[in-house]
Amino acid sequence: MTKHNTYSAGADEDGHFGIYGGRYVAETLMPLILAVENEWNKAKSDPDFWKEFHYYMKHYVGRPSPLYFAERLTEKFGGAKVYFKRDELNHTGAHKINNTIGQILMAKRMGKTRIIAETGAGQHGVATATVCALFGLPCIVYMGATDVERQSPNVFRMNLLGAEVRPVTSGTGTLKDAMNEALRDWVSNVDDTFYIIGTVAGPHPYPTMVRDFQSVIGDEVREQMQEAEGRLPNTLVACLGGGSNAMGLFHPFLDDETVEIIGVEAGGKGIDTDEHCASLTLGKPGVLHGNRTYLLQTDDGQILDGHSISAGLDYPGIGPEHSWLKDRGRVNYVSVTDNEALNAFQLCTKAEGIIPALEPSHALAHVAKIAGSYPKDHLLVLNMCGRGDKDIFAVAKHLGLDMGDTDQG
Amino acid sequence: MAEQTETRITKMFDRLKAEGRGGLGTFITAGDPDYDTGLEILMGLANAGADMIEFGIPFSDPMADGPAIQASSLRALKKGMTLKKTLDMVRKFRKQDDVTPIILMGYFNPIYIYGIDTFLSDAKEVGVDGYIVVDLPPEEENELCKPAIAAGMNFIYLTAPTTDDKRLPRVVENASGFIYFVSITGITGTKSATSADIAPHLERIRKYTDLPIAVGFGIKTPENAADTVKVGDAAIVGSALVRVITDNLDENDNPTPGIAPKVHKLVSELAAGVRSVNKRIGA
Repeated sequence: MTKHNTYSAGADEDGHFGIYGGRYVAETLMPLILAVENEWNKAKSDPDFWKEFHYYMKHYVGRPSPLYFAERLTEKFGGAKVYFKRDELNHTGAHKINNTIGQILMAKRMGKTRIIAETGAGQHGVATATVCALFGLPCIVYMGATDVERQSPNVFRMNLLGAEVRPVTSGTGTLKDAMNEALRDWVSNVDDTFYIIGTVAGPHPYPTMVRDFQSVIGDEVREQMQEAEGRLPNTLVACLGGGSNAMGLFHPFLDDETVEIIGVEAGGKGIDTDEHCASLTLGKPGVLHGNRTYLLQTDDGQILDGHSISAGLDYPGIGPEHSWLKDRGRVNYVSVTDNEALNAFQLCTKAEGIIPALEPSHALAHVAKIAGSYPKDHLLVLNMCGRGDKDIFAVAKHLGLDMGDTDQG
Repeated sequence: MAEQTETRITKMFDRLKAEGRGGLGTFITAGDPDYDTGLEILMGLANAGADMIEFGIPFSDPMADGPAIQASSLRALKKGMTLKKTLDMVRKFRKQDDVTPIILMGYFNPIYIYGIDTFLSDAKEVGVDGYIVVDLPPEEENELCKPAIAAGMNFIYLTAPTTDDKRLPRVVENASGFIYFVSITGITGTKSATSADIAPHLERIRKYTDLPIAVGFGIKTPENAADTVKVGDAAIVGSALVRVITDNLDENDNPTPGIAPKVHKLVSELAAGVRSVNKRIGA
């Protein structure tokens, strides 16, 4: 932690990345947060903990996920060699399970017997419900009422896995309110409950803990690229909602200054409109959900709802480490609109036979913009962090096709 | 322990001690159900028997609050309430009452966005006495606690049943004004605790501080309030008052006539409950 001139050593012992991060929670939760931190400090230096984590990564999640050379898209873009890190091939179809396995092992270490989680699109909810089924623990998932309606297949999946999905109508009934409600549950059930947060946000130690679990992505890429090309990648690209898949890919490369790193936010209907989710591009620093970070908010400090075609990117905040990396200039954060993401979704499906989730479709849309400007030996890695089966209804609707009477918009 | 600045809060607790009774703190959200009605409610609280006023800064994401206060915050925001207007209401209150303490209660973000220095000087100028900021534990004391104390106001810390002996010294270290004991592990306006549940916790807290202790969360009736001040120095009631507002709105969340008197009536009853306990003999 005392290493100088490094981008990867944070957070400090109070959970700060520069002015970001921290522990802005009610006193009732503080002892619990400190207990999680204490246990995490022990777990992260315990070889048996990581042995168990990697056992499940290999045999249950199906890691390592392939690093795939997307030859047809590379040809189409006519520049950089585009590789996909295929985390959409993980069990449950996204990167989310890397984190939920890690956190449920933490819950087990702490002797907690009840699991809660928040979810937006339902991917983190499904990943949490999955590990709860695996470990035989009761699971309650808070989900905005609007999301419950538009993501009914994931709600059904969670129910099949034995989880109880509680629709949240408070506030504006979206992901941020689901997180508020999960925090309210936690305050009310401090003795037996572990809160599995789905992204690199929340009070310390969650941002670093989740990052360390997701870093399995970047660690594998480093090794796989070495094997494929004998060198480091030149450019990394990932989408950001809360920012966990991006942090997982980026973090192991932060101190490799030759590696260009790009995070892609959801630009919704355009960043010149009010309907977007570009917290880093257009938000300003504030305090929400236990940490200081860039937030979409009014001049009076009230939190705004984000908009994106992808429910997984629909969060008005961002992990605090991303905020710090933005200010330091280490990572370049850009945004892509709903329509650009939709085009990339279709392009990838037809050119590569891979149906991407709408989230990484944002990253791909940016790759489509920049790949052609790089030389042919430029190695670009895109984190294909989720598969798009869950999104076919939303996409159909946007393409003007009717796939049934469920509103999947 | 932090050096104790004299404020309307400390003076009030001195008065209560002299009178041999516990105090009543009332919480309402600023601008609920709208600015004018909210101001009318605020103006009458002290006359109805409130010893101190906790004035809620509306916030879009009040994560430690139950449904009643969440809804009150959203109602106020919908009617255009802001932190600036909250301070404006305090200024109006101070023109008629220079004694009753006003404590701004809420979440950090609106204050942070207002700007700490400007906020503290504006708040001091209109007559605010202290702050309860739910999401600023001692670990984040440099944000507002220390600057508020330096500016001559109190920063009140929350302690909870989960705040154990290991942690209590840290929590009271920079506390001033009083200690707010959250009587339940939960959110506002839900479960209730009895004086028997609370007593051992207060005894524990008193080992570490001489500050008065106010008890809140889940106190709903005059009987609850009376029971609470048997062991605590003050009882704080919020959700129950907010519910009087909620119960007297039309279908568009607009106030029906006579809301303020109804809120004040409950405050009088709570005050009578609190005053029925003689602390010189009992506690």
